[in-house]
Amino acid sequence: MASRNARLAVIATLGGVFSGVFGVGGGVIIVPLLILWLGYGEREATGTSLAAIAVIGALAAGAHAYRGAVDVPSALLVGLPALVGVVAGTALQQRVSARAFSGVFAVLLVVAAGLLAL
Amino acid sequence: MDAVGAAGAAAVAGVLLAGFVAGMASGLLGVGGGVLFVPALALLLGLAPIEAVGTSLLAVVPTAAVGAARQRRYGNLRLGEGLALGVLSLAGVLLGTELAHRVPERALSSVFALLMLYVAFRLARRALGRE
Repeated sequence: MASRNARLAVIATLGGVFSGVFGVGGGVIIVPLLILWLGYGEREATGTSLAAIAVIGALAAGAHAYRGAVDVPSALLVGLPALVGVVAGTALQQRVSARAFSGVFAVLLVVAAGLLAL
Repeated sequence: MDAVGAAGAAAVAGVLLAGFVAGMASGLLGVGGGVLFVPALALLLGLAPIEAVGTSLLAVVPTAAVGAARQRRYGNLRLGEGLALGVLSLAGVLLGTELAHRVPERALSSVFALLMLYVAFRLARRALGRE
């Protein structure tokens, strides 16, 4: 159990560092590590990652708001259609096989690594 | 400051579309959608980079929360560990913010790119049924 909690802490720290450096939620790191290190099922990993990102995003947005770098009307304009999108995306995901998901995510990571290396 | 009011109809439509696509990707992949939010806010609404990041993070919160709530209904959420990940990540966020100031971004990008390639290799093996 101790090693499970240690792994959770390592995943959280890696996701947090990624988030802090690049200004995104860190899901691209959290999802595959939950699958590979903690034995999560693919869908479980994405659901749990989203819960983590809601917390990470709130903390980070709070830090930015403190410095005044948040534009609420713009956040609504991009965020409201995202709510419709995320409901559709989670519904669609229930129809995708776990192995296909791993394949798609592997491609996403290679693309992301390529963008980082540029 | 009124970026939405100053934007043309085409830019507004583009932001709405980008938001929907980002939400879809968020639900499918379990990521926050910030990768699409940030360029949409910066390029279409003309927000400064730092403002685009902060604003994107604000939009990520309800998107991720609604996604997690939907996954809970589907039986795909370990809420306790998810919240633990979120809280434990705070140290990482502070470390990352500090690193971003002290270490060249090039070095940080390279380390994460290597980590991603390794993880992609492991996931690809899994997709092929070898793991």
